Amino acid sequence: MTETSHISVQDVSKVFESGGQEVHALKAINLEIPQGQFVCLLGPSGCGKSTLLNAVAGFSLPTAGVITVEGAVITEPGPDRGMVFQEYALFPWMTVEQNVAFGLEIKGVDKAAIEAKVAELLAMLNLTDFRKRFPKDLSGGMRQRVAIARVLALDSPIMLMDEPFGALDALTRRNLQDELLRIWTELKKTILFVTHSIEEALYLADRTVVMTYRPGTVKCDIAVDLPRPRDVASPAFNTLKKDLSQLLMEEQSRHNQAEFRGAAVD
Amino acid sequence: MKRYRHAASGVLVPLAAIGFWQLLSSMGWVNATILPSPLAVLVKWWAYLRPLEVFDPAQGSYLQWCFSGELIHDAMGSLYRVLLGFAIGSGLALPLGLIMGYSKVAYALFNPLVQVLRPIPPIAYIPLSILWFGLGNPPAVFLISIGAFFPMLMNTVTGVQNVDSIYLRVGRNLGASRLTQFTRIILPAATPYIFTGARIGMGTAFIVVIVSEMIAVNNGLGYRILEAREYLWSDKIIAGMFTIGLLGLGIDTLMSRLSSHLLKWHRGLEQG
Repeated sequence: MTETSHISVQDVSKVFESGGQEVHALKAINLEIPQGQFVCLLGPSGCGKSTLLNAVAGFSLPTAGVITVEGAVITEPGPDRGMVFQEYALFPWMTVEQNVAFGLEIKGVDKAAIEAKVAELLAMLNLTDFRKRFPKDLSGGMRQRVAIARVLALDSPIMLMDEPFGALDALTRRNLQDELLRIWTELKKTILFVTHSIEEALYLADRTVVMTYRPGTVKCDIAVDLPRPRDVASPAFNTLKKDLSQLLMEEQSRHNQAEFRGAAVD
Repeated sequence: MKRYRHAASGVLVPLAAIGFWQLLSSMGWVNATILPSPLAVLVKWWAYLRPLEVFDPAQGSYLQWCFSGELIHDAMGSLYRVLLGFAIGSGLALPLGLIMGYSKVAYALFNPLVQVLRPIPPIAYIPLSILWFGLGNPPAVFLISIGAFFPMLMNTVTGVQNVDSIYLRVGRNLGASRLTQFTRIILPAATPYIFTGARIGMGTAFIVVIVSEMIAVNNGLGYRILEAREYLWSDKIIAGMFTIGLLGLGIDTLMSRLSSHLLKWHRGLEQG
C-alpha cells in the first residue's frame, strides 16, 4: 500500500514447552525487511524459521520482542499478511474460483468487483480453465497456484510463504518459482519465504537469512546480487551455493547431534 | 458391459436362496405355516398391495384407488413416523452437536449426560413413552426421534472437532470473523460426518419405527406383521418384512445419492 511498508523484527525470542522441556525456538532475532524485498529464511528443520514466519503471520506471538508491519505491532493474523502453506490448505468444499473469491467476500467487496478480480487472478496464474474444479481434481502444482491466487486476491503488501513448493516435483517447482518471480516483479510485494533448499533460496531471493539450530538465531544474512533470471549452472551461483551449504551443514550436524541425543523435539 | 455383469452377479445369490427356499416348500420338507413358500409370499404380497375395493369413480380418482391398498397405507404410516421422528431427533441433535463440537465448555457440560443416555436403547424408553404420551403416533415419534438423535449428535460433534486446524488458520489469515469461520469453514468441513450421522440415524429410526408400531400404534408395517402373527399368517409376516427391507433400502439409497451429490467435493466419495 505505502512505499515505506516493511517488516521489522526486533529482539524477538520465542520459548515454548515441549515434553516438559523449555525449547528456545527463537533467540534475539533482529531483521529489517524493506518494502518489495524477497527474503528467504533458510535453515535445517527445527531452526525456528517456520516459528518466525508464524510469528510474523500472527499465528503465534513472540515471547519477547516485537514484530511490526508498517510500524504497527502484530497482535493477530490478518489479511495484510497473506500466507501460503506447504500443504496448500485449499478449502476442499469450494471450487477454485470460490477459494480465490473467499478473502474478498470476507472483506465485503461487491459481487461484480469480486468476479473481475477473480477472473484477473485466474488468468494471471493460468487457472481459468480450472475455475469450476474442486481441489481434489487438481495436481499439487495447480493447488499451489490456487493458494497463491487466494493470497493475491487480498492485495496484501506482504506475502508469507512456508515451504510452499516443498511437496512438488522438481519441474513443477521450477515452473512455480518462475511464476512467483514474475508475479513479485509485477506486483512488487514484500515476500518472506521459508525453505530448506539452498538452491531455491539462491534462485529466488534478494537476500537469504540463514538460521541456526536451537536456539534459532540469525547465523548470517547474505545479499544475493546475481542478475535475474538466474542461471543455476553459473559459477557465481555455485560458489554461493557452496558457501551456503557449508554454513547449513554446520547447523544440520548440530541438529543431527541433538536428534541422536534424543533431545530434538520437532 | 462390465456393469451389467456386476449387477447380474449380484442377483445370483438371492435367486439361489429363493430357489432353495422354494425347493424346501415344494418338497414338503417344512410346514407351510412355519415357512410358507416364496410363491405364497409373493401372492400374499400382491393381495396386500392391491386395492381392497373394486374401482369406483364415485369414490375418488383412479390414482387414489391405486394407492388404497393396505400395504400402501401401512408403508405411508411408517414412513410418516420415520420422517417426523427423524426430523425432530436430528433437528435437535444438529445444533447441540455443533455447539458441543465447537465449544469446549459446552462439551464439558453436556458430554457426561450424553454418554450416560447414549447406551440406553430407544426400546428401553417404551414404558415411559407410553406413560408420557399414551398411545398412537406421539410415543412412536418420540422413540424414533431418540433413535435418530444420538447417531446424529455424536457424528456432528466428531465432525466439528475434527475440522483440520489449518483451515481455521487460513480463515484467520484471510480475516474471517468467528461467525464466518463457523458458517463457511467449520460447517462445510463437518458435513461429511454430519451426513454419515444422518444416514445412521435414519437407519436407527427405521428399526425403532417397527418396534414402536408393535406396541403403540394400530397401523404401519410393524403393526401389520405383529397382527399377522396373531392369525398365523406367516406369508403375510414375510411379505411385510420384505416390504420393510425394501423401503429401508430405498431410503438409504436416496440418502447416499443425496450426500454424494452434495459432497461431490469430498475425496472419500469419488467412487459414489
